[in-house]
Amino acid sequence: MKLNLLKSSNKPKNSESIWRQPLAVVGIGIIATWTFLAVFAPWIAPFDPNAQDADKFLSPSSVHWMGTDELNRDIWSRIVYGARISLPYSILLVFLSATLGSIVGAISGYAGGKVDSFLMRVTDIFFAFPGIVLAMAVAAALGPQIRNAVIAITIVAWPVYARLVRGLILNAKQNDYVTASALLGSSSRRTMFVDLRPNLSGPVFVLASLEVGNALLLLSGLSFLGLGAQPPTAEWGAMVSMGAANFDRWWVGLFPGLAILTAVLAFNFIGDALRDALDPRTAKALRD
Amino acid sequence: MEPVLGKQGLKKRLLSGTGFTPFIVRRLLTSILLVIGVTFISFTITQLVPGDPVAANLGQSAYSDPAIVAAFEKEFGLDQPVPVQYIKYLGNLLQGDFGVSLSSKRPVIEDLREYFPATLEIAAVAVFLSFFVGLFLGIVSAITRDKLPDQIIRVFSLTGVSMPAFWTALTAFYIFFFVLGWAPGTGRLEPGGEPPANVTGLFTIDALIAGDFDTFKQAFSYLLLPAMVLAIYAIGVLTRFTRASILEILGNDYVRAARAKGLPEYLVIRRHVLRPALLSIITVAGVAFASLLAGSVLVENVFSWPGLGQYAYRAAIGLDLPGIMGVSMVVATVYIFMNLLVDILYRVIDPQMKDSK
Repeated sequence: MKLNLLKSSNKPKNSESIWRQPLAVVGIGIIATWTFLAVFAPWIAPFDPNAQDADKFLSPSSVHWMGTDELNRDIWSRIVYGARISLPYSILLVFLSATLGSIVGAISGYAGGKVDSFLMRVTDIFFAFPGIVLAMAVAAALGPQIRNAVIAITIVAWPVYARLVRGLILNAKQNDYVTASALLGSSSRRTMFVDLRPNLSGPVFVLASLEVGNALLLLSGLSFLGLGAQPPTAEWGAMVSMGAANFDRWWVGLFPGLAILTAVLAFNFIGDALRDALDPRTAKALRD
Repeated sequence: MEPVLGKQGLKKRLLSGTGFTPFIVRRLLTSILLVIGVTFISFTITQLVPGDPVAANLGQSAYSDPAIVAAFEKEFGLDQPVPVQYIKYLGNLLQGDFGVSLSSKRPVIEDLREYFPATLEIAAVAVFLSFFVGLFLGIVSAITRDKLPDQIIRVFSLTGVSMPAFWTALTAFYIFFFVLGWAPGTGRLEPGGEPPANVTGLFTIDALIAGDFDTFKQAFSYLLLPAMVLAIYAIGVLTRFTRASILEILGNDYVRAARAKGLPEYLVIRRHVLRPALLSIITVAGVAFASLLAGSVLVENVFSWPGLGQYAYRAAIGLDLPGIMGVSMVVATVYIFMNLLVDILYRVIDPQMKDSK
């Protein structure tokens, strides 16, 4: 804390490593912990996540740290196994939507003119749909399944990247070296990949890191609504939904919700720090 | 005097002029186009559904009779090419026909009319709450930058945007209803409570119109907790946004000039920082309102709040596509027109602002 207060606020932040930002370090620690739990789940979880051996609704005790649920299953074990769903799927989601959005944005920014206006109008339409509702509609239409939930959220999440990448390309296109390269006879593909792409990776990566948390929230939201992971899969959102059905047994919903909260918070800590570490101009582009 | 314009000239002036009317006409046209785009996507999604609507609606024996199948397809226009079906779909929407909900067996439009006001009521209270709380926290955070209050507020606002709304709702309900007994419970009124005469569908407003203060108090106490839960995310967003935009403005030379001439700090903030910052904050608040409507999907369920969110939830569980599409089209349309309103407001507050693309 002391260190932070002494720092001059006028100093540009881009020289700071994210390791010197306390929140980022906390975030990295939390994600490392969840990753560890996910990878070594079979050795860490005291019980089989789907075994219905215990009694129904046992409150937290030394045997069942977080109690048991309606179907006699150990909640802590299910949370540990749940990390194997929530973390990889959120990252996959962000990867898919960043790829899709970047492609649309790059074509839009590079082609310009009518193609650009058309693609940007399409992006606007997708922006107009409220995330969770569109995701619900798509997931319901395709059938409730975690794979379909991933498709649904990808459809909801790509437009942010399209806007960002289009803006970056429009900016980068004005550089003299791009014109020079075109004059030297570079093909459009070469211009795109050799001259323009290096301008994109930084900001897209930062935006992606900011979006992992949102992806996790949407995915667990869909599962909470019964449109994502199906029983008996141990998924955090679905587990909270069982808690909502039995709200007087507080432990059933509380712990899986805390798992979501800590993971999302950690991703947001990291994303924020990465954005601040980036140069201010791109940081501004990301905020708008 | 305005020069007399031909039809062509008028059209040109309305579409590319820089005045206020052309601006509104242009934005209105874009908004309408966006709404049409939204219907197109909704239609595409309904086409995505795996499974044959004919098989789903006809019994086994009827389905094996080609004559009955053909008659069924003809009646519902399923025998026509997809573009024709889309045009028909659009025509129906224009007449307020959103189809029949599979779960409630009623026309979707009637359901929406019943459930929308309940959601509007908590969303409006939530926006109100989050606007003032978010603005206040954002200002404090910005002027104490990197000091303790700023650090605390930043962690809080980040936590606010990281909480799964459905879980917050559940936890708040458990604590304030089950443990503390402060919150009255689920629903909009106590069991058996008589809703006020329907004018707007907002129970608090209707109760005031009827002059029934007891019902008003009751309706308000029931909506407070869901509205507060709904507001948490928006408070987080607005706090962060306010902080960022104020910090940006604080770096301007005219702020330094204002300080240099000896203006007290609170006046610097109020006159030179807050006023320009408010513009962009209003924009974000407008967008936040639409996202609150969507967020209510996850909150209403826990509070058994009979709004759009719960309706959408039941529709999703029952795979009731007309119901879900109805909700998403309503929310998307509100979102688009909220954006339009904010843009116009922006123009009114700051006439210098030419709409830049």
